[in-house]
Formats: sequence, structure tokens, C-alpha cells
Amino acid sequence: MRSKRTAVITALCFLLPNFLGFCVFTVGPVVFSLTAAFSNWNLMKTVPLQFVGLGNFVKLFTEHEFWLYSINTVYLMMGMPIAIAASLFLAILLGQKLRGIVVYRTLFYLPSFTAGVALLILWKALYNPDFGPINVIIETVLGWLHVSSVDAPTWLSSTKNVLSLGVEKVGLVAGQFGLGARDAIIMMGIWTAAGGGNMLLYLAGISNIPQELYEAASIDGAGKWAQFRHVTWPQLAPTTFFIVIMSFIGGLQGGFEQARVMTMGGPAGTTTTLSYYIYTKAFEEFQIGYASAVAWVLFTVIFVVTLVNWRFGSQYVNE
Amino acid sequence: MSTSRKRSFGEWWFRKGRFGASHVLLVCVAVTTLLPFSWMVLASFKSLDEVQGLSPIPSEWHPENYTDVVNSKDISFKKYYFNSVFIAGWVTLLACFTSSLAAFAFARLEWPGRDHVFKLYLATMMIPGVVVMIPNYTLMVALGLLDSYIGLIVPAAFTAFGTFLLRQFMLTIPRSLDEAATIDGASAWRIYWDVILPLARPGLIVLAIFTFMGNYGSFFWPLVLIKSEHLRTLPIGMLYFDSMYGRQTNLIMAASVMCIVPLIILFIVMQRHLVKGIQLGAVKG
Repeated sequence: MRSKRTAVITALCFLLPNFLGFCVFTVGPVVFSLTAAFSNWNLMKTVPLQFVGLGNFVKLFTEHEFWLYSINTVYLMMGMPIAIAASLFLAILLGQKLRGIVVYRTLFYLPSFTAGVALLILWKALYNPDFGPINVIIETVLGWLHVSSVDAPTWLSSTKNVLSLGVEKVGLVAGQFGLGARDAIIMMGIWTAAGGGNMLLYLAGISNIPQELYEAASIDGAGKWAQFRHVTWPQLAPTTFFIVIMSFIGGLQGGFEQARVMTMGGPAGTTTTLSYYIYTKAFEEFQIGYASAVAWVLFTVIFVVTLVNWRFGSQYVNE
Repeated sequence: MSTSRKRSFGEWWFRKGRFGASHVLLVCVAVTTLLPFSWMVLASFKSLDEVQGLSPIPSEWHPENYTDVVNSKDISFKKYYFNSVFIAGWVTLLACFTSSLAAFAFARLEWPGRDHVFKLYLATMMIPGVVVMIPNYTLMVALGLLDSYIGLIVPAAFTAFGTFLLRQFMLTIPRSLDEAATIDGASAWRIYWDVILPLARPGLIVLAIFTFMGNYGSFFWPLVLIKSEHLRTLPIGMLYFDSMYGRQTNLIMAASVMCIVPLIILFIVMQRHLVKGIQLGAVKG
């Protein structure tokens, strides 16, 4: 009895430093922000603090901005499947016993390892419509082809997009088709992520696939594509499952750094994602209550999406 | 005759050609990956006029761009380096220590409610950063820790992720070691310090690199917390530098190069551990 009590006390001593910090900086804030979401709390204290019930949420769902920013967030996530497919493709290439794998792997991993403000500033310069190398190349090629009717995209200052979505109005709008700020951010994201952590995860997954499965498949006359379809892909299902879940969680709260460093959310709010919107509301306008409400909507969406992924995904993985 | 030629071609293709095609693809991807980096380095050595020009290679090399950035009056790059490394270093030290203690309690000790508390830890890893950032910010305002090293370091030092990672790692260490040590009369602390920690070193290294990297490049928290110039970290300093010197792309690229060079060195030195660590992080359990 006594020794059991000592054991519990010992365990608590080990746990305590981390657990205290965990409670103060994670659990406490979660509870606190849920409360704040139902209040009109403003750090500038222009109005007396009071609870406003569902007021923040009603305002949020009825304003146009929230829907535009939600669309932006989802739009930027369109790069996710492309990046994941690219990671898988690169991992399959590297999974062969080739020479110089470590060199390739190091090079491919470089963008995601150095990702951050410095690289975002670099890409801002690359996309510069006047002297950025991307448009220099495009204009040179257009010159060679004697095409004068097409202008090079203005990238980060353009609201155009490949889905031809409108800005003022939710829905498709003629004349909006083209390459704009959101597409620029997507392309940069694919460049950053393709050779990153997901590729390493796939690489580990591929090296764990028993070689006999491929031998059996090739005896049955399966070509490269059939081997991929019936051996590699199903064997990698748990890895894909993990990557997809983590990508959704990351993608839904993404876009903040890009918006803050490259575009300030513009042009016309088209690169403002939900996380950047929360930042501006909380830390530029100091509307803590309203920002908390948006944050909780985002959290709820992430939670539901993860649950749905889990449902469908685990079914598929267990097959 | 023709079939044998065909087969030999097939064999050649299988042995060499297929790999050759893979190399061609891999080199293409490597070039695409490297092009932006090369442009950055080349631009950082150009004169301002030439940055906006067409030629990719500088006609005259200007290494003084780098000294101009370092000696600039408006920004103190050396200070930003120091702040980033200082803050990331302390966070790493604290995070590794508290996480390994907690991971030890979760992986090696028996106590009621252990698995429930661990599930709570896991569940919080899904919470978006912004949800907790807002209350943490108001907490820092209330404690008067806005714009201070402590405010930058302490909230980042307790990670559920680190606890999770090290717990997974400690679970792989054989139980018999603790039992033998207990029979020898070792206390829980001795088992933690002398038996488990040395064996968990690869896990600790991985956590240390991740934590250091994450905090060296950390953006959101310093952005909202730092008001005064002398506390700025590299990313925040870069942001202000970019807004002040927006037109001087050559200087900005020199600053960017200086930002990422330490990362590249760290990566090359640590890459074996890192690759293993990332792959370990995905192991469910």
C-alpha cells in the first residue's frame, strides 16, 4: 500500500514539470478561448466586456469575408494532392537501388528544411512581375513564339485563378480565369513540400514492403504499373492515411506565413486564409472575442474533417 | 534471332536504361529544386541594377552586399542571430528535459489514469496553434511578459509532441533493464538518468533538432510578442528588413542566404538522425 503511494508520487514528480506547462499553455488556453468566443472582449477596451451569446458566430456566418477566406483556405489546399503524389513519385524513384540516393534525397529535402520567412521573401522576388526570373523566362518564351496577345501573369498582385472564382461574389465569374496570387502560393507550396517529410515517410514505407510480393507479382505477369497498383499502393495505404490526415490538419490552418510575408492577405483578400484572418482580428484589431470565435469554427472543422478521414481511411486501410 | 536481340535489348533496358531514365527524371527534379536557391545566391552578389536585368550571372561580383547587410545601421543582424539561437537553444534544452521526464512517467512507470492523461496529450496535438495563441498572448499581457525573453521561451518549452515522440522511443527499450536496476536498489531518478536517458539518446537528438529548427524559424509567436528592436529574431528581423529595403533585392537576398546557411549546415551534419526521426514520428502506437 505504502509502496504504491510512493510509486504514484514518484510518477507525479516526473510528470509535473511538463504537465504544469501543458495545463498553463495548452489546456487552460483552450478552455479560456472557448469562453472568450462568446464574449465581445476587445483588448482596446472601447466597450464594456460582456457575453454576447452566439453573437460572434451569427456575425461571422453572415459576413461575406468569412466565406471568401474559407474558400481561399480550401483553394490553397488544392495543392495538397499534387504535392502528395509528387512525394510518392519521388519516393518510388528513390526506392530503387540507385547510385547517389543520399545526394538526391538531401537536395529534395532542402526546401522544406529551409522553409520559412527567408524562402518566402525569395519567392516574392521570383514572382516579381517586373524583374522576377519567372516572368523574365515567360516573356522570353512568349517573344520567341511571337505571341503578343498574351501577357505574363502578374502573380502575387493578381486575383485571377485557375478556377475562375470571383472576389466580390461567391461563385464563378467570367474573366477571372488565369494565374494569380493563390496559384503562385500553391506552386511554391508544391516546390517546398514535394521532397519533404512526406517523401521520407513514403521512402520508409517502400523499404518496408516485402520483396517477395513483387517477385510473386512479376511471376504472375504483372507489369510495372500493375505492381504499383496491386502491391505498392495498397502496401503504402497506412502511410498515405497518415499523410492525408496530417495534410488536412495542416492545410486547414495554413497560409498564415505566406499571407503575412508575401501579400498581406491581398490582393482584395484573395490570399487571406482563416488563420491569417484570425491573426488580423486578434493581433491587429485586438478583437479577442471575435477572433476566438473564428478560431473555434476552424478547430471544429478540423475536428470533423479528421473524424471523417479516420472513418473512411481506416476502413480502406484495413481492407 | 530477332527475339534474342529483343530480349537482350530488354535486359539492357532493365539493367541500365530504366535506371538511366530514373536518373534523368531525378536530375530534372533536382535542378528544379536548386534553381530558386541558385538565383538567390547569384542575386545576392549582384549590383542593384543587375538584379533587375536579364543576365543570370553577375558581371561583377559584389561580396560587399553581405558586409553591407551585417553592418547596416537600421538592422542588427548579429543581434538577430544571437536572439534566434539563444531562444531556440533554451527552448530546446527545456523541452528535451521536461518531455523526457514526462515520457519516462508515461512509458516506464505505473500509475492510475496514466493512459487517460496520455490520450489528453495526444488529443491536444490536433488543436490549431491559433486557438491557444490568443489566450497565451493575453496571459503574457497580464503577466507583463510581452516583449521579453521569458515570454518567448517559456510557452514554447512544453510540447505534447516531444512527450509523445520520446514515449514512443522509450517503449522500445527492454523492460528487463529497469527491473535489473530496481533489484540493484536504484531509485526511479537513477533509472531515468543512468539507464533510460542514455538509451533514448537517438530520440532526444531528433527531438532536439526538431525543436531547435522549429524555434529558430518560429514566426507567429515572436511576431505577436516582440515590440522592441533588440529582441527581434531572424525571421522577424527579415520581415522588417524586407519592408524597409523592399527595392534592394540584392541586399535582401544576401540576408536570406545568411538566414538559411546555418540550417543547411545543420541539416547536412544531422541528416542521418533526422531522416530516421521523421520516419519514427509516423510509427503509430
